[in-house]
Amino acid sequence: MISSGSLPRVLHGSEGRPLSLAQHEEVFIAGTPFNVMHELEHSGLTGRGGAAFPTFRKVDLLRLQRGHNKSVVVNVMEGEPAAHKEFALAGANPHLILEGAQVLAGLIGAKRILVCVARDNPTVVNHLSRAIHELERRSLRGAKIELHTPPWRYVAGEESALVHWLNDNESLPQYRPERPSILRVGHSPVLVDNAETCANVALIARFGAEWFRKLGTEKSPGSTLVSLTGAVERSTVLEVSLGTPIRDILAAGHADMAPQALLLGGFGGTWLHGQHIDTPYANEHLGAHGANVGAGVMAVLPREACGVYETLRIVRWMANESARQCGPCAFGLPALAEDLTSITHSSKDPKAAYERLQSRCDSIEGRGACRHPDGVIQLVRSALIVFADDIAQHIVGRPCTGTQRPKHTITIPSLEHEDELIWE
Amino acid sequence: MGVVRRRSGSFVLKVNPILCDGFGHCHELAPELVDVDEWGYPIVATEPVALSNSGVLQSARYAVRGCPRQALSIERSNDAEKPQ
Ligand code: SF4
Ligand code: SF4
Repeated sequence: MISSGSLPRVLHGSEGRPLSLAQHEEVFIAGTPFNVMHELEHSGLTGRGGAAFPTFRKVDLLRLQRGHNKSVVVNVMEGEPAAHKEFALAGANPHLILEGAQVLAGLIGAKRILVCVARDNPTVVNHLSRAIHELERRSLRGAKIELHTPPWRYVAGEESALVHWLNDNESLPQYRPERPSILRVGHSPVLVDNAETCANVALIARFGAEWFRKLGTEKSPGSTLVSLTGAVERSTVLEVSLGTPIRDILAAGHADMAPQALLLGGFGGTWLHGQHIDTPYANEHLGAHGANVGAGVMAVLPREACGVYETLRIVRWMANESARQCGPCAFGLPALAEDLTSITHSSKDPKAAYERLQSRCDSIEGRGACRHPDGVIQLVRSALIVFADDIAQHIVGRPCTGTQRPKHTITIPSLEHEDELIWE
Repeated sequence: MGVVRRRSGSFVLKVNPILCDGFGHCHELAPELVDVDEWGYPIVATEPVALSNSGVLQSARYAVRGCPRQALSIERSNDAEKPQ
């Protein structure tokens, strides 16, 4: 770094030889008080799409990639049906998302920003296309912004499926043996980030890492969006500081304060027992109960509902949403749903089904091309722990009362035929 | 299959689940490494096997060549070479 009172300034070089790019960056960029890359590293921001991967590491990896046509992909697909956070975010300030994407584009040297919004979500498409037009009218410098509208599917929001769609109009996940892998549109590397992550990048670029860290915990800094649904007065999206006790989040959302359990993360997330509602909402604390923040869904399951039956409904829906490319996912997930059905309808030998369910979980895990089956297995396993008492009741032959209840608590987009499975 | 110069290190057999059709040839060609699930799809051992174990390596190669969908690959790692 060049200190303010010393010379030379513009002639600062390394003994007669021109500075290499790396040296230049070290002297002129890394040392400045407000270097976005530096701020991003110290902010500790992690991706808000579910995997919670450090954003800095991803950006740094992409920055060092070659390619003169790199792009930034902004994921506004809202893959989780129980989530509304992107709806809320784009409804509040679409420019924050775009600004974050521009910052990221600047950092990795991208020429294009591809904003991907599910076409089934016309309000969000409108908000973003209006914002993009506004930006274009001012003819701002920087990367060109394009709006893409793939059709909505659960797996379409997975980053490799999104990139596959941008390449070939097919929303199917890709097999990526090496990790971290670099996704490409055409031949050029792309950085895929969730809309909420982009919005946070914009804030960090404007106000700095220290400002960002004022909220949240040491390990999970910042704020996050929570989509609260289930046994609540009205489904809402709340922005909370990471580390807020779950009880306070429920109170703020006028939810059932004595829930049986909470579905955290999303449909590929985990159940958290109602007795743990004083846990701070941050990965390091939730981890003790096997849960994580995931994609920010928090669905409240009331006492009178049957957790096993709700899990069955989710698994059945998720099995239907499989892209059916991989055998273990295409055949395994319907099999899990079948086992859960046998458990809830005690007539079909629930004990054998229970054991089969566990061994099937072990055999399917990690064998899909994407994490879709793993998410379902995570959900099933947590259900087996959290609803262990209910399952024990089912196994001794007491049928589920939840199956007879007409009103379901967790909103799941309807299958084409709710009661008959499509793969049958 | 050429000369194996380096005998240290290990390998894992990897299956691309998208390409795999589940006819199970690999299970017949490399039973040490590949198990099949109830639908006939391969469950490939994830534990690295030492390259010096030439019998297993050979069957892994048979499986790679025998897979009708070319879904299998051998992934080498020379972690044994790195100083701990
Ligand atoms: S694991 Fe399932 S959802 Fe993922 S690519 Fe394979 S079939 Fe598709
Ligand atoms: S031989 Fe190839 S296609 Fe057949 S089951 Fe094995 S990996 Fe799949």
